[in-house]
Amino acid sequence: MSQSADTVVSITDVSKSFRTGVTALQGISLDIRQGEFVSLIGPSGCGKSTLLRIIGDLIQPSSGSVIVNGKPAHQARLDPDYGIVFQDAVLYDWRTVARNVSLPLEMLGWDRARRRERVKEMLELVELTGFESNRPWQLSGGMQQRVSIARALSFDPALLLMDEPFGALDEMTRERLNMELLQIWEKARSTVVFVTHSIPEAVYLSTRVVVMSARPGQIADVIDVDLPQPRTAETREDPRFFEHVTAVREALAAGGHLPSATAPELF
Amino acid sequence: MDDVATSAAPRTPGLGVARRLGTGVLVLAALVGLWEGYKWLWQTAGWKWPFAVDDVTMPHLYKVVEAFWQPTTTGGPPLIRSLLDATWFTGKEALAGFLLGALIGFLIAVVLSQSRFLERGLVPYIVASQTVPILAIAPMVVVGLGSKGVAGWKAVAVLAAYLTFFPVAINTLRGLHSVDPRALQLMHSYAASRWRVLWQLRVPASVPYIFTALKISATASVIGAIIGEAPASIQNGLGGAIVNFNQYYSLEPTFLWATNVVCAALGIVFFVAVALTERLVLRGAPENIA
Amino acid sequence: MIEPIPAGMGAVVGRRLRDWLPAVGVFLLGIGLWQGLTTALNVQTFLLPKPSDIATAFWDNRTELWHAGLYTLKEAAGGFAIGAGLGIIAALVLARFRRVGAALMPFAIAANAVPIIAFAPITNNWFGLLNPISKMSIAAVLCFFPTMVNTLRGLTSVHPSSIELMRSYAGGELAMFRRVRIPSSLPFMFTGLKVAAVLSMIGAIVGEYFGGPTNALGVSILNDSQLFNFPRAWAGILLASAFGIGFYGCVALAEHFTTGWHPSARAFNAE
Repeated sequence: MSQSADTVVSITDVSKSFRTGVTALQGISLDIRQGEFVSLIGPSGCGKSTLLRIIGDLIQPSSGSVIVNGKPAHQARLDPDYGIVFQDAVLYDWRTVARNVSLPLEMLGWDRARRRERVKEMLELVELTGFESNRPWQLSGGMQQRVSIARALSFDPALLLMDEPFGALDEMTRERLNMELLQIWEKARSTVVFVTHSIPEAVYLSTRVVVMSARPGQIADVIDVDLPQPRTAETREDPRFFEHVTAVREALAAGGHLPSATAPELF
Repeated sequence: MDDVATSAAPRTPGLGVARRLGTGVLVLAALVGLWEGYKWLWQTAGWKWPFAVDDVTMPHLYKVVEAFWQPTTTGGPPLIRSLLDATWFTGKEALAGFLLGALIGFLIAVVLSQSRFLERGLVPYIVASQTVPILAIAPMVVVGLGSKGVAGWKAVAVLAAYLTFFPVAINTLRGLHSVDPRALQLMHSYAASRWRVLWQLRVPASVPYIFTALKISATASVIGAIIGEAPASIQNGLGGAIVNFNQYYSLEPTFLWATNVVCAALGIVFFVAVALTERLVLRGAPENIA
Repeated sequence: MIEPIPAGMGAVVGRRLRDWLPAVGVFLLGIGLWQGLTTALNVQTFLLPKPSDIATAFWDNRTELWHAGLYTLKEAAGGFAIGAGLGIIAALVLARFRRVGAALMPFAIAANAVPIIAFAPITNNWFGLLNPISKMSIAAVLCFFPTMVNTLRGLTSVHPSSIELMRSYAGGELAMFRRVRIPSSLPFMFTGLKVAAVLSMIGAIVGEYFGGPTNALGVSILNDSQLFNFPRAWAGILLASAFGIGFYGCVALAEHFTTGWHPSARAFNAE
């Protein structure tokens, strides 16, 4: 793998087997450049969440190496070089919205004035100005997830890791948040690794879709999505959007995970 | 999250039991060592804080074990003999109180679950009832029931029931309210009667809650039986033995200690019995339900 | 859903009234029934005195009873402070060393099943009948277990993603405890503390029952019932109960102020 200067994540020949004997990942190699939006998509059990956690040094790979921001993943976590968003917002009820966003800043030792300034900016970015002193449980699911994104981006990490962040939301909220996420990504100029189950979501958001197959988890295909930027509501109606959706679907079907339109019908 | 495999190794049940037994022996040895070490240190150093240590305040543990085979009166049966009789007596009181209390607690919860007004009106007093020191009302209860011809041990069982009913009532009520609203709507769609909803939905949903309460109640019933005997001047049980040996503590401290060891064992036996029943009944139910 | 609508003051008062009216009604009805039935059925005073007699007995002896109650409450509060404090410390240690904690948990549960109150005579013998520490220590042991078990449950039942979040900020064990485990354990801890508050009062009274100074409430109740002064004995019993409820209320109030953020407290904050 050639590693150019603007590579943010460089995964080389990573495998992971658990003590139970399950091989979650096998021979994964992937480079992600600065400013890319990369989705990991695949069936349950393909190890996409495990791969995300290996990038974040939350799980150790059995073999292979992961370089994040030019240093080993472990060092990148300690610095910290990435923000993470989970499927659940994981906000703390004992903190207000503003103090949830400033949590990582507190841990990094930012002073109060700087924290306040940054929290204000971040809440503007996710359009939650005015909710500073609310408690997380007073917000809707979509708003909670926006707070979680603001928290992840608050300290300007080079990389944003997202583990099915909109998986628990309804379709309409999901589409709206997809659009907002792209605007945030545009403004923040960060690199995103995004785990999802949804083909349209992956195509709509990504510059590149990594299709994975299960047992063992391997990269089945990598599909470049060259739809024009910035993407809008119209993008979803663009014929080329459907072409890409079809391409991803075919790649998943080739792995045997979806019924294929070209495969002979059995009945 | 879905595809992060758990890394827990499969368990061998036999190994778990052995390990538990091993830890048990270790913990017991540590406690014995702590007791004897503390006693030795305080005695040799002559420390008087927080209390002066001697063979009366902290008898050697082997002496406590020996005491089980000593006669309590000259020529009488060994202590263990009279303690076993007392345990049988107190155990009977506690069991009767446990069953009575659990039944009353369950019925109270069922009645309260049917009316929001009753629940709001009575729950504060059910909670308050537990702040009444039963030790203080025990003589009245025993005398009062005695005047109606109720045997002393049954009166003590009523006192045990007074401590037992509370956790059952509160937890069952919580369990009856814990029903998934969608399941409730399903029952409504069948036009099910209140009675049917209660027995087919609410009561089954509350079973894990009831067992959590029964485990607390098991201990509470033993406490009620022991504490109830003391002020009621009932001599045949463990509470009577405590009052009796307490008076001779300075002469023969090991008797009181031995009695307390038996009390502890009785409490643990009651608790374990309920815990095992829970395991049998809830086998096959989803884990972490309680 | 979006923003909590602050409930109008009138609505709050109405709600409170609706919540408490049944309880107040039951109280008045209960007292009325008690008075009526004891008079109508001519129940002997040694079984259950009339409420009016108890009230009179309380009023006539208010100074002594009140001071006796305060003395016992002091013992209970001392025991509560020691027992709950040690319980919280033990929970923190066991949560930090999970393996030790998991191995010791069955024994803590077994110890919790021991009728600890039966040990009251022994603490009397240790510290002396007249020494308040003898009652404090039994109350302390009673408070220790519910506080420890509940706090430990709170400290260890943390969302797995929370742990990953803290690790992603390079946070160590200390940060994990300070920012996640301890705050999220507070509601559990207070559940234990509320139980402990009631137990501490009962522990003190039971300790006094096996002997204590004459100015203690437990001793006063015992003496009164032995002297057949039942209305005064009942006045003492109800006072003990009231102090227990008051102590519980104080802990509940502290809970309200420290865990007002908790979703279960939303009833207080918004309609």
